[in-house]
Amino acid sequence: MKPAPFDYVIPATLEEAIGYLANDDVEAHVLAGGQSLVPAMNMRMSRPELLVDLAKVDDLDFIRDESGSLQLGAMTTKRDVEMSPVVAHAQPLLHAANMWVAHPQIRNRSTVGGSIAHADPAAEYPAVALLLGAEFEAQGPNGKRTIPVDDFFVTYFTTALEEGEVLTKVMLPAMAAGTGWSFQEIARRHGDFAMAGVGVTLQLDSAGHCQNTRVVPFALGPTPVRATAVEEAINGETPSADLFEHACQKMADGIEDPTSDVHASVEYRRHLSSVLGARALEEAVDRARAAN
Amino acid sequence: MSDKKTIRVTVNGTAHEAQVEPRTLLADFLRQELHFGGVHVGCEHGVCGVCTILMDGKAVRSCLTLAVQADGHEIVTIEGIANDAELHPIQQAFIEEHGLQCGFCTPGFVIAIYELLRDNKEPTEEQIMDVIGGEICRCTGYEGIRKAVRSAIKKLQAASA
Repeated sequence: MKPAPFDYVIPATLEEAIGYLANDDVEAHVLAGGQSLVPAMNMRMSRPELLVDLAKVDDLDFIRDESGSLQLGAMTTKRDVEMSPVVAHAQPLLHAANMWVAHPQIRNRSTVGGSIAHADPAAEYPAVALLLGAEFEAQGPNGKRTIPVDDFFVTYFTTALEEGEVLTKVMLPAMAAGTGWSFQEIARRHGDFAMAGVGVTLQLDSAGHCQNTRVVPFALGPTPVRATAVEEAINGETPSADLFEHACQKMADGIEDPTSDVHASVEYRRHLSSVLGARALEEAVDRARAAN
Repeated sequence: MSDKKTIRVTVNGTAHEAQVEPRTLLADFLRQELHFGGVHVGCEHGVCGVCTILMDGKAVRSCLTLAVQADGHEIVTIEGIANDAELHPIQQAFIEEHGLQCGFCTPGFVIAIYELLRDNKEPTEEQIMDVIGGEICRCTGYEGIRKAVRSAIKKLQAASA
């Protein structure tokens, strides 16, 4: 339970960090908060030759509200997200989802960018990013680029980030006025990885019908996904428990490549996702009604 | 590869300089190099919480922090919590309320609760549970620990009144 030997650098600039990461001769890995990487290294599941610590790189630790769009520096800790009045005001869904992440002792170190780049399928941040339609800024040897969330999460622990690229910023667009939302998950103990989770955003039109519904189940397969069949089944309809339960049952049955492990079987995960989905839709409708 | 690095850390108010391998975990550095035996090592993947210390005032897992990452930072271990010969009110509350049995997990609990009560004089039950849920005790069943937290809150309020 100790990491294999590796070398360590703590560059002062992003350019220097990218230089280390883009060197093909060395298997280098970014070190952000280390709350997922270091356990993986302790268990020797990850054996990088070089760790590039971003702790001293300027301007990666910030929370900004730019006309409703929330901009989070990649090295911002989840504790800072938790305590930020800017986040609570601009993006209450993120604030709620953030509270599902582990415990203060972990959130003190765990970073926003780390969770996105690590792309654990059971993690909250990738699901929130997909639900809100996030964009990510990355910088690499060929300069800066913006990656939309739909192109970002590839499969288990795999993203569109290329060799030498560093995730620098997460941009979460503001929810439209009147949007109702919910973020639900079930873990064996609070703070553990989710066995299943579902995030929802939706609006109600003047007749009270659901519209612009987004449903994102997570911890169920390789990446969080949009449950588009559920979204289509609900849009234009009057919200009801029957509608939600029926649609979420179909969602659960249709999950492709579901995760099955020691924490929960496929059947149990399907069951949880359908119950959580219906619960999340109900709560989102309640919030949308309260907002109108 | 993996040449030793020089680090400078302040632990419980005393400055230290040392040469460490990058792979040395902060927990092992504090325990084995600096002999702070109150830093216990349990699961070594961030789950059990027994290695929790304060780094720049924040409760963190010293098993998920490399010693090199502590360079230039200020560490407080359980040995730095008590004031000279007198136990800290949180420690006293643990004794009085049966917040420990075997005591292996206690340093992590005390540090985590220390951070909570320093920043929040009247935490909600949910906030208390969020913190103590991040520390694993397999003796007490947590009831004694919850009582100890409530007792510590009163002690600290009385001390600052």
